[in-house]
Amino acid sequence: MRVTTLPLAVTAYTATSALGLGLGAHLDALEQQRSGLRANDFGDNPLACWIGRVAGLESAAFPDRYAQWDCRNNRLAWLGLNQDAFASKVEAAQRRYGPARLALLLGTSTASIGATEEGYRRLEDDVRLPADLHRTAIHTPHSLTAFVASALDIDGPCLTISTACSSSAKVFAGAERLIRLGMVDAAVVGGVDSLCDSVLYGFNALELVSPEPCRPFDAGRRGISIGEAAGFALLERIGPDTEHAPRVLGCGESSDAHHMSTPDPEGVGAELALRDVLERTGLDVAHIDYINLHGTASQKNDAMEAALVARRFPTSTRVSSTKGLTGHTLGAAGIVESVITLLAMRERFVPGNAGMATADPACSSHFAWRNEARPIRIALSHSFGFGGSNACLAFAHAVAGIDA
Amino acid sequence: MSSLRVQVEGIGAWSPTVADFDAFRRLLEDDAVAAPSARPPASALSPNERRRAPESVLVAIEVASQAVAMSGRAADTLACVFASAYGDQATTDYMCRVLASAPTELSPTRFHNSVHNAPAGYWTIATNCRAPSSAICAGHASFGAGLLEAAAQACADDRAALLVCSDTAGMGPLGELIGCRHPFGAALVLSPCKDAGVPGLLLAPVTDAPSHAPLPAVCATWMHDNPSAASLPLLAMLARGGGECVLAVSDRLGLHVEMEIVA
Repeated sequence: MRVTTLPLAVTAYTATSALGLGLGAHLDALEQQRSGLRANDFGDNPLACWIGRVAGLESAAFPDRYAQWDCRNNRLAWLGLNQDAFASKVEAAQRRYGPARLALLLGTSTASIGATEEGYRRLEDDVRLPADLHRTAIHTPHSLTAFVASALDIDGPCLTISTACSSSAKVFAGAERLIRLGMVDAAVVGGVDSLCDSVLYGFNALELVSPEPCRPFDAGRRGISIGEAAGFALLERIGPDTEHAPRVLGCGESSDAHHMSTPDPEGVGAELALRDVLERTGLDVAHIDYINLHGTASQKNDAMEAALVARRFPTSTRVSSTKGLTGHTLGAAGIVESVITLLAMRERFVPGNAGMATADPACSSHFAWRNEARPIRIALSHSFGFGGSNACLAFAHAVAGIDA
Repeated sequence: MSSLRVQVEGIGAWSPTVADFDAFRRLLEDDAVAAPSARPPASALSPNERRRAPESVLVAIEVASQAVAMSGRAADTLACVFASAYGDQATTDYMCRVLASAPTELSPTRFHNSVHNAPAGYWTIATNCRAPSSAICAGHASFGAGLLEAAAQACADDRAALLVCSDTAGMGPLGELIGCRHPFGAALVLSPCKDAGVPGLLLAPVTDAPSHAPLPAVCATWMHDNPSAASLPLLAMLARGGGECVLAVSDRLGLHVEMEIVA
């Protein structure tokens, strides 16, 4: 049976990444096509690669009352929550709906595992985590969501989704289901992932880390550049108070059933997620003005995704990856790229595919290599994760204000 | 607050002393536990995958297979939600040890086994399932939160969904801190229950603290030692054919679960 997804208003959104703190910094970097990547300076003996690091995170203020949660990932979460007045907009929504009527769904791939890594570097008697890190709150994959639930005072359902790089795209699907079923009236969705050795050395072991700044869809691309980011969005039903907000129309989901760490080269799973979102929203590919691609700069993802675009979309659909600017922020990629898509929609431009010098011949004329001024009414954001977990989000400009 | 109504079509359970849901039912009746078995069979995996997969994946696959077999449904049609409070703690312990001493020697296979959605990945590959799959956690409330997520998916999208909740014993300094001592997994196949004549489970969020009918002493030990054993009050209701309980969904929210009785 075909299921129609409930379109929701995105009444607040924000992102913090290597591009800076909040929407203004992101818009500025997108307009200038200024990459936030820098030579890896994370840790004592950094791998020779490039990273998207949030500057000043170590020294950023973190309230004493949250001391049990203190770690790099939760600091990044706190910094992100405090941009663009996001936390106060959530507070206002809680006053409107009641505290138990708001859900919290956050994506992360590694949560605060960086703190566990640090503990193992400083073990007491080689068997015990050091006293300052002997805190159960941070050595669990739910650390992020439990902290944010506490910081935002959420009484409703709280869920961590950890499906690698699709995590913070899939949160939109879970939130929509809870709102459509009447279990809650609104939801905070988002994701946070921070730099840690597990992902730097883990992707290095898989030979997926580029020694130079990543070049999505370049013929000579050499792999990913890992970044860190926090992003959040507030989702509410569309009504008189929210009709001017942009909308999330739906989220398509699928599994590859192919391999743990490489995408299906035929893109069958990715295309199923795309088909799912089109069916749920009643959209046709001809309606899609822009796609923010997953575009990691890995050989296999970009080949699969370029073929999918060429196979399924008319050339009126413009596409680009923005990971050349932010790096691949893993579990936060879904929300960061959703925010970038919403910004592009608001500011009426297609962000260029940063980092490309020589286009992969597989790339069709859909690719926007540079910024293009044009209105975007409807856009997609692709997120394809490890373990074959795929998500495809559809966003729309609020009907009011569309003149295209 | 609204409620969800679902039907339980299949049930899986595994711990070293409870091989399946039938064994758990016998445990409830006469308090007898079987002799321990070392590893879950997880026969849905190919021999090669079974060799590569860590225990956390084997437990999850085993209970998933049991529940799907009982439901009579084809595994590749089911949306799936894999819940685990801690993921693979043994792999996390390995990763952190290697990263602290010789990071460039990290095993790529151990790294891909470390992702929270490793069981979902192995399961969808083994069953050729291209339906949506998810991997979630919510600390000690992971089972309740997973039940809400899977039931919401079943009801919202009008499809059957597989819920798996499993955790394995911790190791090393991380294991010492977390205190998860025994492996335990449970699984349910849920479908939306629209027929008034069919007994269903009614799920409703409440602010009450978790509560349940008395269980054998060994269950209390498992619940203390493994967050996924928070599923036991519901498994006991299913075994006894009735009852109600409150499961934790978060630190502040509960889920009232009531089993309807056949009229």
